[in-house]
Amino acid sequence: MIKRHPEPMLWMLFSAGGVVSGMLMPVLVLVLGIAIPLGWVDAPSYGEMAGLLAMRLTRLVLLALCVLSLFHWAHRFRHTLYDGLQIKHLNEVIAVTSYGVAVVGSAVAAYLLWQVPSGSGGM
Amino acid sequence: MSVHTEYHHRWLRQPASTYWWLKKPVYFAFILREGSCMFVGWFVVYLLLLVRAVLEGEGAYRQFLLWSATPGVLVVNVVTFGFVVYHAVTFFQAAPQALVVHVGRRRVPARLVLAGHYVAWLATSIVIGWLLLGGTA
Repeated sequence: MIKRHPEPMLWMLFSAGGVVSGMLMPVLVLVLGIAIPLGWVDAPSYGEMAGLLAMRLTRLVLLALCVLSLFHWAHRFRHTLYDGLQIKHLNEVIAVTSYGVAVVGSAVAAYLLWQVPSGSGGM
Repeated sequence: MSVHTEYHHRWLRQPASTYWWLKKPVYFAFILREGSCMFVGWFVVYLLLLVRAVLEGEGAYRQFLLWSATPGVLVVNVVTFGFVVYHAVTFFQAAPQALVVHVGRRRVPARLVLAGHYVAWLATSIVIGWLLLGGTA
């Protein structure tokens, strides 16, 4: 009986997360993290932003981005602690904690994004 | 690895220093790549904070915008931008090795796989930029 390892599945999540975050994050960081705060461009009005987030497609893409990016982070973080900082004796604890954080973060993301249509008030 | 016999010598393995990655530029670049994941994780948090702000109403949204302009957050996001771009470029660079596509019996050249990633990157960036800045009103 061959023992099945989760590693290939985790690597696939890491890989997908890497592609999705690589594709979507640069423009998002540039606009939401730099250009708008610095005033290079106008921020979307509350109505516009709420409208954008209410679209099912937006929320789906955001969910995929958050979940996959979190698993990308978890996999990379865990391996870097092992290979980079040579923290080998805590290997299992680190692995469980990393993926655990990713799971919790994904749940939070799903919860928040699910609430958007009914939650946006003050319009 | 440590089994040795009369006919097989014990291998000499020096324990790796915790700072092995500072010893060569290529090692350092590797750790930088891996370290980029921290900023990917940070930006997920940032995005979810934005979503939560929108959920809480216009006041919270304004608060978020003000907070995002504070020097500390701004510096972190500028650094994040650098790392996220570095991550994208290096990840796409590795993609042709992982993504082996065959059309019929022929393999799609690595250059095309790479170019495909950059085209997709450009296209999605334009769409997202337009959605955020052009407005959908």
